[in-house]
Amino acid sequence: MSKKSDRIDRLAELTAARAEDSEGHSVWRESFHRLRRSPMAIVGASVVVVFVLVALLGDIIAPHDPISQSWRDEVFPNRNEFVGPRPENLLGLDNMGRDQFSRMVIGARQSLLVGVVATVLGLSAGAVLGGVAGAAAGLGGVWGARLDAVIMRVVDVMLALPTLLLAVTVAALLGPSLVTVMIAVGVAQVPIFARLLRGSMLAQANRDYVLAASAVGVRTRRIVVAHILPNSLGPVIVQATLVLGIAIIDAAALSYLGLGNPDPAVPEWGTMLADAQRFLSGAPELAVYPALAIIITALGFTLLGEAMRESLDPKLRK
Amino acid sequence: MLRFVVRRLLQLIPTLFGLSVLLFAWIRLLPGGPEVALLPENATEEQRQALRQSMGLDDPILVQYGRFLGDIAQGDLGVSTQTNRPVLDEFLTKFPATAELAITAMIIAVAVGIPLGYFAARRRGGLLDMAAVTGSLVGICTPVFFLAFVLKVVFSEQLGIFPSLSRQTPGIDATSITGFHVLDGVLTGEWDAAWDAIMHLVLPGIALASIPLAVITRMTRASVLEVLDEDYVRTANAKGLHHSTVRGRHVLRNAMLPVVTAVGYLAGALLAGAVLTESVFNFGGIGQFLYQATQERDYPVLLGFILLIATVYVLINMLVDISYGLLDPRVRVR
Repeated sequence: MSKKSDRIDRLAELTAARAEDSEGHSVWRESFHRLRRSPMAIVGASVVVVFVLVALLGDIIAPHDPISQSWRDEVFPNRNEFVGPRPENLLGLDNMGRDQFSRMVIGARQSLLVGVVATVLGLSAGAVLGGVAGAAAGLGGVWGARLDAVIMRVVDVMLALPTLLLAVTVAALLGPSLVTVMIAVGVAQVPIFARLLRGSMLAQANRDYVLAASAVGVRTRRIVVAHILPNSLGPVIVQATLVLGIAIIDAAALSYLGLGNPDPAVPEWGTMLADAQRFLSGAPELAVYPALAIIITALGFTLLGEAMRESLDPKLRK
Repeated sequence: MLRFVVRRLLQLIPTLFGLSVLLFAWIRLLPGGPEVALLPENATEEQRQALRQSMGLDDPILVQYGRFLGDIAQGDLGVSTQTNRPVLDEFLTKFPATAELAITAMIIAVAVGIPLGYFAARRRGGLLDMAAVTGSLVGICTPVFFLAFVLKVVFSEQLGIFPSLSRQTPGIDATSITGFHVLDGVLTGEWDAAWDAIMHLVLPGIALASIPLAVITRMTRASVLEVLDEDYVRTANAKGLHHSTVRGRHVLRNAMLPVVTAVGYLAGALLAGAVLTESVFNFGGIGQFLYQATQERDYPVLLGFILLIATVYVLINMLVDISYGLLDPRVRVR
């Protein structure tokens, strides 16, 4: 557990140590320039853009209603009779006689929704905890240190649970629904964001510009809010990008465990994948499409996140 | 060294204490209170009354928490609503299966991941390096349960190379001593039983190993790259030490330190992944039982198992910390 936290702290310090030799340019601009040259970032960003567009424009792209079982009388799962790709159904029909392509397109929206809401939830709760702890530790004083210690003990206890298990517990206690998945996946990320932001703020607190600001008499509170905090956000943004990918995978796992949206009519990649596994011998493609969609989307966010981390890491700059 | 071990042991107490508070609060905060969590949905009013009475839900909250802690200290984690057996018994009988599976997965991950990461770093930018980097990213992004299903369909149902379900072929006469089937087979000299158990471990082991393998490969690669750049490696090369000496003594040894830590927190990924893998292969360990508990809303098992799994996880990490202290003397001083 303590090693997991060590790792998070190290990431925070690494990224905070950048910009020692930035030749007057803003760190952000320089990182962005490096990012644009990275093939990893370009591939990742392209995947993410396509995914977001599909999710937002789903109603226009999807040729058919994803819910109505229009071709019900052509598919017989118990006799292993399925309908494969054909001009009017690009990816064939699912086991209920619904257009698989339309379901994939509309399913992207659910995944995006879960990913974004879960990440925002985990990020904001984690940032509040981490920010308060970091500020308290930074402002110094006995009470600041104590507050920091109390918050970080709570965070460490949460880190003592494996992420997916934490999500499973939350989801099982709340009952199966889409909101449950969002909360469960988000809560599981809270301790990581908290630890990251705190570590990042503490690393910034020792920098020269903080010393300079306090030397010219800027008030401590203002130093924390206007100087330390904005400069500490880099690793948090990187982590948020990575979590968007993780959230989609975790949401699929929760759906597989029967903790996702109980309404089978709403297309969602994780549920589709879990359902399709009953027909793996007759129509393996029904499982392969959502699986590939999950893998590629998660890969897109991961590539983008990793590229961002590399561009912010001074050790990897050449 | 002894002081270091004792200090790490003492650090366990606040974590486990915090976990118990968290889980206790969780049951209390449930909409409808703990009787909803601990009774089946169709429970009668008398059952609810009886439970409220027996749990002393009308006592002050601190008294309730004290009793909860006391029960845990005596090993009383409640009774499974599915099997009517004590939660702790269920955990102890099912734990060897999961431990055997997790150890198999970790062996696969370490045996493949460390050499792969090492050689990827040595030939940075080469074909092997690109394959390792891409492969590990794909590995992290693949849902474990999907991989498990694909392996099961391809290698056991289609090709028939490996058995697809459970831990043992029915009808095999194996003596059980420890509950670890492979170990039992070896101890009793029943080699066919041991081999049978190994064959049953291969597919779920590979599925479960996917994420740890990806992480260990990436980590080894990054760590070796960092160490190769260190001054002491340049010095060792400059003073004419043999390549194999530099690689073994200077590069590998130092590069392995962060990887050892990774093994600790990957134990968590293994315990969580077991929930998914075991249910695909009907493996019968704690993961599968936990999965059934979520389906059946078996809250005593759910909460008890989470607490026990977290304890195991924290203990593993403590062992990793201690072994880290053995490997790297600098850690002990801190």
